Amino acid sequence: MTGLPARAARAFALAALFGLVALVTGAGAGPSAAQGEQIVSGLSQSRVAITANFDGSEILIYGAVKREAPAPEGGPLEVIITVEGPSTPLVIRRKERVAGIWVNTAAITVDAAPSFYAVATTGPIDDILSDTDDLRYRITLPHAIRAIGSSAEAAGAEGFVEALERIRTNADVYRLLQGQVQLVEETLFRTDVILPANLIEGDYKVRMFITREGRVIDQMERVIGVRKTGLERTLYVMAHEQPFLYGLLSLVMAAVAGWAASAGFRLIRR
Amino acid sequence: MFQLYLPIAEVSVNAFLLLGIGGIVGFLSGMFGVGGGFLITPFLLFIGISPGVAVATGANQVVASSISGVLAQLKRKAVDFRMGAVLLVGGLFGSWVGVQVFSWMSDLGQVDLFVQLSYVLFLGLIGAMMFAESARALLRARRHGGAAPIRRAHVHTWVHGLPFKMKFRASGLYISVLPPLGVGALVGFLAGIMGVGGGFILVPAMIYVLGMPTKVVIGTSLFQIIFVTGFTTVVHAVNSHTVDMMLALLLIIGGVIGAQFGTLVGTRLKAEQLRILLAVLVLAVAIKIALDLLLHPTELYSLTPLVLP
Repeated sequence: MTGLPARAARAFALAALFGLVALVTGAGAGPSAAQGEQIVSGLSQSRVAITANFDGSEILIYGAVKREAPAPEGGPLEVIITVEGPSTPLVIRRKERVAGIWVNTAAITVDAAPSFYAVATTGPIDDILSDTDDLRYRITLPHAIRAIGSSAEAAGAEGFVEALERIRTNADVYRLLQGQVQLVEETLFRTDVILPANLIEGDYKVRMFITREGRVIDQMERVIGVRKTGLERTLYVMAHEQPFLYGLLSLVMAAVAGWAASAGFRLIRR
Repeated sequence: MFQLYLPIAEVSVNAFLLLGIGGIVGFLSGMFGVGGGFLITPFLLFIGISPGVAVATGANQVVASSISGVLAQLKRKAVDFRMGAVLLVGGLFGSWVGVQVFSWMSDLGQVDLFVQLSYVLFLGLIGAMMFAESARALLRARRHGGAAPIRRAHVHTWVHGLPFKMKFRASGLYISVLPPLGVGALVGFLAGIMGVGGGFILVPAMIYVLGMPTKVVIGTSLFQIIFVTGFTTVVHAVNSHTVDMMLALLLIIGGVIGAQFGTLVGTRLKAEQLRILLAVLVLAVAIKIALDLLLHPTELYSLTPLVLP
């Protein structure tokens, strides 16, 4: 983290330039906002390549707020950024003690839960986002999971979803980064989100929201494509498209390695 | 440093950690003639690899370490190919039945418990039996001033009175093919259920049921395990795409080297010592799994990702 100030300054400069260009050309994106404030944004990269020595990746998300008129009166401008990994269905099981041993007794199926979810904000999330807008835009973790829909097969599905949040938060793939978005002069904002090493392939959705007094004024969405490349890609594709050949190749590799070790040792001991 | 992203497991792990795990399991494999499947799966689960990938890739690794071990035993002419083939015929049939039972238990939703209970029951039983027997043998040897007790090549039991006799020259046996077929089928069945090669059951069964000499048992067991785990690897690769070749390669490199050292150490130890060490290892795994079932878990909930269609 030593180079952070320098990098931050550079990023701000970049973001500022981007924002100015956007102001001049009027090439803003997103829905036209009621109060005339819009997000103009960028990502440090829109692709992440998973190579054999992939060890996580840091994504810089930056942007600017574009205004036609002076900033309106009222509460301060706040920024919320979410990064969401591809969703997968999963089963959550609960253990209970039956006849002295711990056994899975109850389970629910969640149709889709994000494999990665990070929320970065300029301040405490409860202060800068109202419950209604949280529900509407599905911003905080409980809404992001529940919104996708869990089939409540067992009574007390709440406990299961809380467990999902707890386990994934402990595994560091669900993160709440309050106060991690830096905002300057209610115009320029930036944050770094570290993608973990155990990433799943797919499209990572980046959403940016600006709020005033808890209400969302504008939002914008970007996508980061996370893809395996090189050997990783070759093996993955082969395992899925030529499974029998892949299985045989695994055996051949095992046989060659086993023989080579045996032959090698014979040479050494001679 | 030296983190490696595994393409199928989709996690990033330290390359040296994998080499180390492979080495330890390979060492034990070469020493005792067990495949090591019952060790490698818990190891892989512990470092955060999903159960499906752990079982399938573990099987692939066992193929390599078994080949390495068999080649080492072959030089000592300690492989009974005829016995191995008979065991294998029974084994493939048994494992097919075992896989059917396994999928039936999966449908009932209690496969984890079923597997754990099988582990505790069979590992505990076999470990305890081996431990008691080899401890007696060691004590007897010590009382006789270190000299091995005078024994016949093998003990005659009811097994030797059955029809369809066949000569197993390398083992010095002339017995019916029915007991080896039965032992093979039982081991294959348990292997199908528990997802392991079955060496830890096969080795004691060959010694105590078939009356084979310990020296031949290890090589013959490894010979049979190559085919059972090879079969398992391909079935997993085709059915669930869970064999991670990159993970397997690192485990294998560690494993084949470990197996050579294991064989070296194994030949320096007495048969009774080998058996008591294997018994302790088997018992330790059984106790560990039993504790998991009995102790209050820190997290009552568990997540199982479903395979995407």
